[in-house]
Amino acid sequence: FRFPSPIGHISTCPSLIGQCCKTHPGSFQEELVIRPLHSGDIYASFQFRTLWDTDFLQEGQKVSHYRLFPKSLGQVLSKFSVRELHISFTQGFWRTMQWGQPFIPSPPGAELWVWFHDTVSDVDGNWKELTNVLSGIFCASLNFIDLTNTVQPSASFKPLGLGNATDHRFLRYATLPREIVCTENLTPWKKLLPCGSKAGLAVLMKSEKLFHSSFHSQAVHIRPICQQCSSKAWELRQTLNVVFDLHTSGQGKKEWSLFKMFSRTLTEACPLASSSKVYVDITDNPEGELFELSPATPLLGQAVVLGDRRTYSVYDLSRAETFGQLRSFNLLLRWKGDSGDMLRPLLHAERYVAGFGLQTGEIHTVIYNNHPYRAFPVLLMDSVPWYLQLYIHTLTVTSKSRDNKPSYIHYQPAKDRHRPHLLEMLIQLPPHSMTEVTVQFERALLKWTEYTPDPNHGFYVGSSVVSALVPSMVAMRTNFTQDQPLFSSFVPVKEESSYFVRVYTEPLLVNLPTPDFSMPYNVICLTCTVVAVGYGSFYNLLTRTFQVDEPSPPLSKRLANLIRRMRGVPLLT
Amino acid sequence: MSHDLLQMHLKAVISCLVIVLYKVHTTKAGQFFSSGHTNNWAVLVCTSRFWFNYRHVANTLSVYRSVKRLGIPDSHIVLMLADDMACNYRNPKPATVFSHKNMELNVYGDDVEVDYRGYEVTVENFLRVLTGRLPPSTPRSKRLLSDDRSNILIYLTGHGGNGFLKFQDSEEISNMELADAFEQMWQKRRYNELLFIIDTCQGASMYERFYSPNLMALASSQVGEDSLSHQPDLGIGVHLMDKYTFYLLEFLEEVHPASQANMNDLFKVCPQSQCVSTPGHRTDLFQRDPGSVLITDFFGSVRKVEITKDTINLTSPVEPPIKRSGSSDIQIESLTYVDQLPVAEIIHQKPKQKDWHPPDGFILGLWTLILLVFFQTYGIKHLKHIF
Repeated sequence: FRFPSPIGHISTCPSLIGQCCKTHPGSFQEELVIRPLHSGDIYASFQFRTLWDTDFLQEGQKVSHYRLFPKSLGQVLSKFSVRELHISFTQGFWRTMQWGQPFIPSPPGAELWVWFHDTVSDVDGNWKELTNVLSGIFCASLNFIDLTNTVQPSASFKPLGLGNATDHRFLRYATLPREIVCTENLTPWKKLLPCGSKAGLAVLMKSEKLFHSSFHSQAVHIRPICQQCSSKAWELRQTLNVVFDLHTSGQGKKEWSLFKMFSRTLTEACPLASSSKVYVDITDNPEGELFELSPATPLLGQAVVLGDRRTYSVYDLSRAETFGQLRSFNLLLRWKGDSGDMLRPLLHAERYVAGFGLQTGEIHTVIYNNHPYRAFPVLLMDSVPWYLQLYIHTLTVTSKSRDNKPSYIHYQPAKDRHRPHLLEMLIQLPPHSMTEVTVQFERALLKWTEYTPDPNHGFYVGSSVVSALVPSMVAMRTNFTQDQPLFSSFVPVKEESSYFVRVYTEPLLVNLPTPDFSMPYNVICLTCTVVAVGYGSFYNLLTRTFQVDEPSPPLSKRLANLIRRMRGVPLLT
Repeated sequence: MSHDLLQMHLKAVISCLVIVLYKVHTTKAGQFFSSGHTNNWAVLVCTSRFWFNYRHVANTLSVYRSVKRLGIPDSHIVLMLADDMACNYRNPKPATVFSHKNMELNVYGDDVEVDYRGYEVTVENFLRVLTGRLPPSTPRSKRLLSDDRSNILIYLTGHGGNGFLKFQDSEEISNMELADAFEQMWQKRRYNELLFIIDTCQGASMYERFYSPNLMALASSQVGEDSLSHQPDLGIGVHLMDKYTFYLLEFLEEVHPASQANMNDLFKVCPQSQCVSTPGHRTDLFQRDPGSVLITDFFGSVRKVEITKDTINLTSPVEPPIKRSGSSDIQIESLTYVDQLPVAEIIHQKPKQKDWHPPDGFILGLWTLILLVFFQTYGIKHLKHIF
């Protein structure tokens, strides 16, 4: 059930935007960040932020007028008393060693984590209904999220929005690593934007180009934030990260333009947006010796993001001169020289399954700390499905070939068909080292109805999450201001010397022992044949009797006998 | 007298003309109001998994595309695709599904909403959608919310046989189950008229057992015949469409929302010379004459408009509530962000309160054994020392 976006407002209210905003509090900002990567690929990150100064859960206030904030999400938030909602759909895997850190990380497949309000009495019931409603909104099979793949992390995934109470009974986390992302997920995502895909930066989102990429991730983040920390507001962030490959999309030429990446150019900013900007990362190109950027712009911006101070060329789409004579804005980056080596990211993680055969195996998670002299703690969260039975007594954590005892371990064992394994550990990583976490497991036999229609593909195990406060090279800003670009103001910063980063490992694909599904049919056929042949012969032996039966004589003999009888002569036999 | 005769003749001719014109007018008007439906729904199902069954997904998407083009909105279409072909890693052109070779027509498009996908397409879910017996938390986009004035189009494609249709290579639906599902729909008045189209091998066997009224069925092949696929595309490497649906798509591309094409034209789609198999149809359960049933009665969503000359007064809009004044005091203490990785707090975290469970059977048995042994050795008179 989709609601049409309020496009009517564009024609009626462009000149009254200032007046509109006074009576209807809220604002919409959109931005696009383009970051050329060292491997020749290009990383584009869209962020759309809708702010709404209202409180859904206040008593006596019924929200019925939605302007910029989409009604479908607003109703979901108030019905299920959701405090924070983070959902992401990703196709592909983010290669940290080649591409650096993304602005907002996400694991392959679908990931959903939600903080509920303390007033909720039945969190599991609300969680189940919420996943069903979201599966309808985003056209994804989120209804497969149930208690067998939901966990309650005890230390990871602290709320990113306002709040001081962090009782982990109100947090739920689930991933679906098998979830496919395609145009049917992008269509409803685009419909949540105030301008839809008709104006502004969202016109660039053409599925044929977006899905022909190495990495595609779209996410929705809803949380309460404070504006200048005097009033509370709801923030809806929609982010779309895409990495275009040099060889498949770029045809091997190190020359990128908006038209080449998205097959569209920009013609106008979204009229409902209070700010609409395009940022291009030119930190590696201060004098223009690496690549050439056109059209040139005098606006420059600096932002501290991911522990580094980066310089950006800013294009403001709300100004008419950005579009030039042709009323169309097409950015062009042409490479002149070869870029050197990239700085190694400070935190990196990998995961794989070791062992052979279909009975046992071993999961290895490897975490790299590439900082030359600083050690820092990381929180590793592993959620393993119940059909891989972990042997926690074989858990070993080694750094630099010595045992490294974690300062905090939380393990919740799995219950067959009810609950997955949850393992959370706080590990101190020594500087410039590799830490390996291994645990052995045994594969379970599933009931024959629990296998998917294609069981020989294998079964997925969701990514591990490594959360860390990484020491930063540059002082981070601890308070957010209005004019800060969106990509640098997502994670709240508490202290200047470190920044929070979350790294996802690869999901695992393990083969479970699969039965031959034609066996029931074979067994029935064979058994029935054996029984029929055996019982049939036995029955015949017992009940069959033999009688002598004279055959009836042929017609000629019968006629001859008739004539002989008439003559009175003895008959033929 | 000849003048009177002439006048009489003229009057007769004029009255005849008037009667003829009136009849034409009423048949047109009669036709307009005789179809009896007020809304249209479509349930489009592709039941095959794996990349080499690309053509079944293309079949379903081409019917989806036609139905959307002729006016049925996404909220009234339940689209079930058992596997993802567009973003499949084997697809050389991601986010596209082509129906014609040389990539002429992308039936996937840019605005598609798939309601049931992947493992969700099962016989159980299909029958639940038809009969409406879904769990209460199912979202609206996954429900068939039809009423007794809905015309429903049901399209199935996949691999089938004599009396069954295979779902996802692991289960099947039989023609009797389908007939019973339609009977349940009739008894619950979930449709006004239903058009059932199936494009599988031996498709006519699937509609043999129908027994509910107001059903019309079309199949791509008779019992004992196979439906064949149309043309492969060497760039993609698989067959793109089935013959019957290919010609059905060509026929539907000519239909527009105001078209007067009727069911008899649909029955003529893909004769044996083009399709190799013999398409079949069944109209004995249908009350109206197929010649008077328009294609847009099922494939389109033609709304009836009643023009009124009365004015309607709209009520004044709801005033948005005034900015909260007293709430600011309550919120001041909570306007802080939480530490993302509070190391000290985590290390000193108290272990979670474990829920108390009643003792397990093993523990109970063990205690019973201990007590029994105790009383056997020391006798029952020692009980009084305990109580």
